[in-house]
Amino acid sequence: MSQLSTKHLLGIKNLTLDDVQLILDTASNFKEVINRPIKKVPSLRDITIANVFFENSTRTKLSFELAEKRLSADVVNFSSSSSSVKKGESLVDTVNNILSMKVDMVVMRHSSPGAPHFLSRNVKANIINAGDGTHEHPTQALLDAFSIKEKLGEIAGKKIAIIGDILHSRVALSNIFCLKMLGAEVMVCGPITLIPKYITSLGVKVELDVKKALEWCDVANVLRIQLERQQIKYFPSLREYSLYYGINKRLLQQLNKEIVIMHPGPINRGVELNSDVADSEHSIILNQVENGVAVRMAVLYLLAGQKG
Amino acid sequence: MQKRLILDQGQIGIILRRFCHQLIENHDNFENTVLLGLQPRGTILLDKIVTLLEEISGVKVPSGYLDATFHRDDFRRRDFPLKANETKIDFLVEGKKVILVDDVLYKGRSVRAAMDAMIAFGRPQKVELMVLVDRILTRDFPIMPDYFGIKVNTLESQHVVVEWADQGFEKDAIWITEKVKS
Repeated sequence: MSQLSTKHLLGIKNLTLDDVQLILDTASNFKEVINRPIKKVPSLRDITIANVFFENSTRTKLSFELAEKRLSADVVNFSSSSSSVKKGESLVDTVNNILSMKVDMVVMRHSSPGAPHFLSRNVKANIINAGDGTHEHPTQALLDAFSIKEKLGEIAGKKIAIIGDILHSRVALSNIFCLKMLGAEVMVCGPITLIPKYITSLGVKVELDVKKALEWCDVANVLRIQLERQQIKYFPSLREYSLYYGINKRLLQQLNKEIVIMHPGPINRGVELNSDVADSEHSIILNQVENGVAVRMAVLYLLAGQKG
Repeated sequence: MQKRLILDQGQIGIILRRFCHQLIENHDNFENTVLLGLQPRGTILLDKIVTLLEEISGVKVPSGYLDATFHRDDFRRRDFPLKANETKIDFLVEGKKVILVDDVLYKGRSVRAAMDAMIAFGRPQKVELMVLVDRILTRDFPIMPDYFGIKVNTLESQHVVVEWADQGFEKDAIWITEKVKS
């Protein structure tokens, strides 16, 4: 197998196990490339990619842009805050205008779930979802899987706890799809108000006590509280959340085993994760960032390589 | 399927020893020389040469595997991209004499891509090419081997198949076969 079953990367749900494995294998080749003295390969030199971000992003946007440049693609950046979207232009019109400038691929972040799916049906270009609202963030899940595999050797049979704001997290949903597909056991943990009602239908365990979740898991993927998506109060205060769900060194020392700590960023230090954990030897947070470039290079390479 | 043997195990053994002696003659004590096997099939030949060189000269020449998939010129011209193989080079080639090793030289496009990929590891002083089989009159690029096992005249409709005993084949052998028409 050396080709993806899809023209777009809309979500992990749209990928097969072969697709995921192909992306992870190709990403390990690109990880070697980005550690060379010259980190650039010419594969995408006749491809133009538009990074269309309707929502704020630091890491993902930078990571995609770096991946595109490492592959020698031409890159144009678009951000909704400084564009005609403010003047009332529709999504399809905006993207079609960009495409008429001979753009081959679109990397898109949007606050509405399903926006990239809608776009993929209406424009002629490979669409890559860089996060659609509270729905999916497929490249984050792929880089998380890659980082776990790199650290622990394999994913099948490993116990992974996703801790934090599950309700508003696209990272949680994509991680659940991806890790389950690769044979891991997945648990979600957080205040009951931040756990979606039907989450168990995805085949995951639910735990409300963070200590029990940490005792159970091999890897804890800690998520940020997404205050910007919360229209109502889901817990009394950040201080109280930190008291009950914040992960600190003392909590890890109480465990009779070593566990791996992950975080997709940005970290709210002192809320979901203390600095003594985020910067400790348990943490692979910066490896995740490095692996993000390799995984995104793999996705871009495999999608761009399809003929026609 | 029509199949014609062009080199048998004994002949391949003689060629490998000849390669080693030629390398010793040209590179003396290999002080500034490295060997790079081209993925996927040049690496098997490379490993054999490295082992044999050590046996004959007592020198373990630094070697690595080079994959040129991301440097190929047929990206987006094939139905789907080729799957990459591992690049394993734990040294820089800056200022070194590099010998690229592959099993068959056909159009010269893989070697061109490999030279492009190699530059990511520095600017070599000199590059040489070693191949077991040189398919003459089929080249798309002006690339010629410095060391070759055998030169053969083949058609586009033919394959050159290299079989190694330690890869599960009965004996080391090199064949010319007809491509299966789809």
